[in-house]
Parts: sequence; structure tokens; C-alpha cells
Amino acid sequence: MKQFLIFVKKEWLHIWRDRRTLFILIWMPIVQIILYGFALTNEVKNSNIAIFDQSKDEATTTISDEIAASRYFNLVKNVYSYNDISATFRQGKIRMAIVFPRNFRYDLLHSNHAQIQLIADASDPNTANTLTNYASSIINDYQQSLNNNEELPYTIKTQVRMLYNPELKGAYSFVPGVMALVLMLVCAMMTSIAIVKEKEMGTMEVILVSPLKPFRIIIAKTVPYLLVSLLNIISILLLSVYVLDVPIVGSLFLLMAESTLFTITSLSIGILISNSAKTQQTAMFTSLMSLFLPTLLFSGFLFPIENMPVALQIISNIVPSKWYYIIIKNIMIKGLGFESVWRETMILVAMTSALLGISIYKFKIRLA
Amino acid sequence: MQKEKVITAKDLTKRFGDFTAVDKINFDVEKGEIFGFLGANGAGKTTAMRMLCGLLLPTSGLATVAGFDVYKQTEQIKKNIGYMSQKFSLYEDLTITENIRFYAGIYGLSNERIKEKTSLLLKQLHLEGQEKTLVKALPLGWKQKLAFSIAIVHEPAIVFLDEPTGGVDPVARREFWGLIYAASARGITIFVTTHYMDEAEYCNRVSVMVDGRIDALDSPANLMRDHSAASMDEVFLHLARKAVRTGD
Repeated sequence: MKQFLIFVKKEWLHIWRDRRTLFILIWMPIVQIILYGFALTNEVKNSNIAIFDQSKDEATTTISDEIAASRYFNLVKNVYSYNDISATFRQGKIRMAIVFPRNFRYDLLHSNHAQIQLIADASDPNTANTLTNYASSIINDYQQSLNNNEELPYTIKTQVRMLYNPELKGAYSFVPGVMALVLMLVCAMMTSIAIVKEKEMGTMEVILVSPLKPFRIIIAKTVPYLLVSLLNIISILLLSVYVLDVPIVGSLFLLMAESTLFTITSLSIGILISNSAKTQQTAMFTSLMSLFLPTLLFSGFLFPIENMPVALQIISNIVPSKWYYIIIKNIMIKGLGFESVWRETMILVAMTSALLGISIYKFKIRLA
Repeated sequence: MQKEKVITAKDLTKRFGDFTAVDKINFDVEKGEIFGFLGANGAGKTTAMRMLCGLLLPTSGLATVAGFDVYKQTEQIKKNIGYMSQKFSLYEDLTITENIRFYAGIYGLSNERIKEKTSLLLKQLHLEGQEKTLVKALPLGWKQKLAFSIAIVHEPAIVFLDEPTGGVDPVARREFWGLIYAASARGITIFVTTHYMDEAEYCNRVSVMVDGRIDALDSPANLMRDHSAASMDEVFLHLARKAVRTGD
């Protein structure tokens, strides 16, 4: 046991002496959270628009004012012809144009029908969709206010309730995603590099000759990264709660327990990679390709898995971060308990055991 | 007077599939001896040494190291040997004392022993005052001496040195061999592999491996006489020219 602790202490010294890497390890998650939380967001705000008002009556002016006042839109130009609209779009000055035909109010009141044209720049289809939706809902509100004075035969009111995340904050899906990413990176990649470094430097041979059992060597190498990961998780959670206003609805204890499990999963992957990698560069590259990218693409936090072709959906099941992401979302955002995540937990436990088993087996083979 | 044998090998063999890396080698090493294990690259030296260190199980044959069997008692072997690798096995980003403390601790020395040994080592190597120096700041010759001293910090019965003097100038190598002699005088057996044939002349006895077999085993003086050679260099060329295998 004392030997084990001496080894762990040595590993700590290595990490501590490499200030630059340590800095990145501790600050990276914090920077990522702040970036995702504030700078990168799916919400569309302050989009530039133009209005082509051919009626200039009470109705069109009211609607225009409502739209201009909305935080989603920024009215930059009033245009006076269709050519003008095309030119302004081509110059990239606006994302959407609203066209009111002539005699708008007259048509609305006397023939009960009026049209508004929304022209959007769909070179970014998602934004175009969002903007036209926003505009349509403002127009509908105006229509509602008119209809309040009249009786309509059939009305269906849809009442929308956004569960768990009523303000539709992007941060709610990003925070668990960043947690998965950071843990994968710190644990798997750094561990595999640390083990391979020993091989590269030539000190691994000496240690293998020593009375220290190989299994303990591997575990000792992972312990410091386990602690760094816990530190990362805590800093991410603190930031989420206090800076991004993403609350932890469920049990903090369960959250930490599941995160520790996922950390161990990532560490096992790191050990497995280190078994076959001969140089640190190989270790790093393998980790990036087989862990970082799949986590980014297949965990579900950037791109919904349900939208992917079935083949890719099946592949995503092998990526441990996918399961961790589900668990974290369920606990942190939905406030659910162990009953709803036990299946995913079992999957992670199975993956971890398999990975550890293979790594140990391969390690022993090498010495035989 | 028969001296105690610390290493014995009888028909020791290692095969990897079809390839026989070590082919029925026979030799003994006596306590306190400086035994040179020579051979070209690919001759099987490293494989043989791995078997003796308890890192590799032999395919057939018998061997004992410090009285322990290489098949069944590798744990005990590891406790009783020291090892210095080609790359000097020191951690460059740790200080001198941290390296000493690490390796001494791995071999189970108590804290007081570690403290004793640390100050003793520093004095012997004239490194007092350099406790907090990072190893990477040391010149190559010093690293080499430090690595050797650390390899025997737990006073093992045998120390295995794998090409320990690579890249070091002749003067530093002389000093290094001074340390080896001192250790040998204390009763530590030295098992050293080397490419430098002039170093072979410092050994009590040498063996020369060619294509997995030991083709010569005697003192350097006898070998030079038998092969009518003026130096171990010539002896080696004489024997190695017959080799079929080249490279590792």
C-alpha cells in the first residue's frame, strides 16, 4: 500500500510540474462552459429585418411597431420596392423582409382576408424558420386582439408548456454535454498519454522489474486524473448553477456518483488505448479520434440522435458518453431519481467492466 | 574455494513462434563478479536478460537468480535485483531527491532508511546542495552515475545494467566503472550488457552471444589469448562475423 501511495505521489508530481497542461486541464472546462453558456447559443436575437409597407394604415403600422419592438428583430430599413428588397438581401443586410400589400386594413375588415408576405434568407435554414415563426406569432397575436371583439365559430387554442426548461435555455442541454466531453478528454486522453509516456521514456521497464505489481502501476497512474476530473465536475456544476442559472434539480449525490462511474469508464478506455499505443502522439491521436469526436457527434448534445440514420443511431449506442448524457440530463434537468437511470447505469457498468477486463488481460499477456 | 553462484542458467531457451531468440544457453555468475554479457543487436541479449529479470517466462530450460526460480518465483527475484535501463530510468521532471525517494520507496525501504540513503548518495556523488535540482538539468555523466546509484539503493544481490554507458564520453565512462567496482567490492554482482568492447575488458568474465547461443564464455584475457587477438574488439569481430541474424 505504501508503495502504491509513493507511486501516486510521483504521478502527482508529474502533473504538477507540467504547469501548462495542468492549466489547460483545470481551465478548459470553465472556458467551455462560459463559451457555450454565453457566446454560442441557438437562440436568435436582434436579427436585422426590413419592412415594405404598401398600405401604411393603422393595421400595418401597429403590426410593424409590434415586430420592431420585439427583442428578436431589429428594424434597419424601410424599403419601397421589390427590387430594393432583393438588393438589401444580396448585400446581406437583412435576414427577413415583411411585405404588406396595398389596402391591407380595408381588405382585412371588409373581406375578412388579408395577406402578409414574409421573405427570409434561407441560406441558414434554421434561422429562417425561427424568424418566420417569431413573426407569424406576433401577427397572430394581433389577429387575436382583433378577434376578441367578434365571435368565431371554432377556435382551437394550443397551450404550449415547455417542461423542465421553460425559458428554452440552450445551456440546459450544453452543460451535460460539456461535462461528458471534459471527463472523456481529461480521463481517457491524459491517462493514456501518461502511461505511454512512461513507456517512451524507458522508465516503464524499470518499474516492471520492481516489486510493484503491474496492476497497481496502472491504477496509480489513473488516480490523479480521477481527482482532477472531480475538480472539473465540481467547477462545472458551480458555474452552471451560479453563472448560467441552470439548476441541479435532482439529487447532487446521485449526480456525483454517476459522474464518478463515467470517470472510471473513461479511465478504462484510456488504459486500453495506452496498451496498444507506442508513442504519446499515437495515444493522443487515438483518443481524439475514438473518443472526442464520437462524443461530440454521437452523444446527442449537439445533434439529436433521433434525427440520424438508423445505422448511426446503432453506432451511437457504443459511445459511453451517450448514456452518460442521458443520465445527467435526467438527474440534473429533469430531477429524476435512480429508478429512471438504472438501465443506463447498468450499461455503463457493463462497459467499464468489459474495458477493464480487456486491459488487464492484454497487460498480463504482454509480460508472459 | 567455490564462490556462491547468484545466477545459474541451464539450456535456457526462449522461442517466439518459429523464432528461437535464445537457444539453450548455459552459464553461471558468481557473487560479486562483474559479468559482461556481449553480443550484436538481435543476438538475443535483451531477451535473455528479460528472462533473468522475471519479465519474460522462458520456453524451456532452467535458471535461478539470487537463488530463486525464474518460472515460479519472479516476485522474489524482483525484490532482490536492481535494474538500470538504457535510457537511465530517471524522471527528468522530478528532482534528484524525489527520484531517490521514489525508487527507494518502491523497493520497500523505510522512511529513515530512505533519508539515510539519500544523504549518503548525495555525498558519494558530490551532489550535496543539489537536492532540489531537476534531473533534466544534470549533465549526462551525472545522470548515469545517479541512475546506477539509485539502481542499487536497496543493496540488491544483483544489478542488471542494460547498455548503461550509451552516449557518454570516455572519461565519464571511467568514473562510472569506478562506481561499478565499488559496488562489486561490496558484494553486489554486476550483470552488464554493452556494445563498447573496451568496457568488456573491465569485466571479470564475459560471454558473447551470437544468433541466440553463447559462443564464448571466459575472462577477457583468456578470450584474447584464445583468439590471438589484441583487444576484445577483435575477439568480438571474430565471433560475430559468423552471425546470421542482424538487427533487433
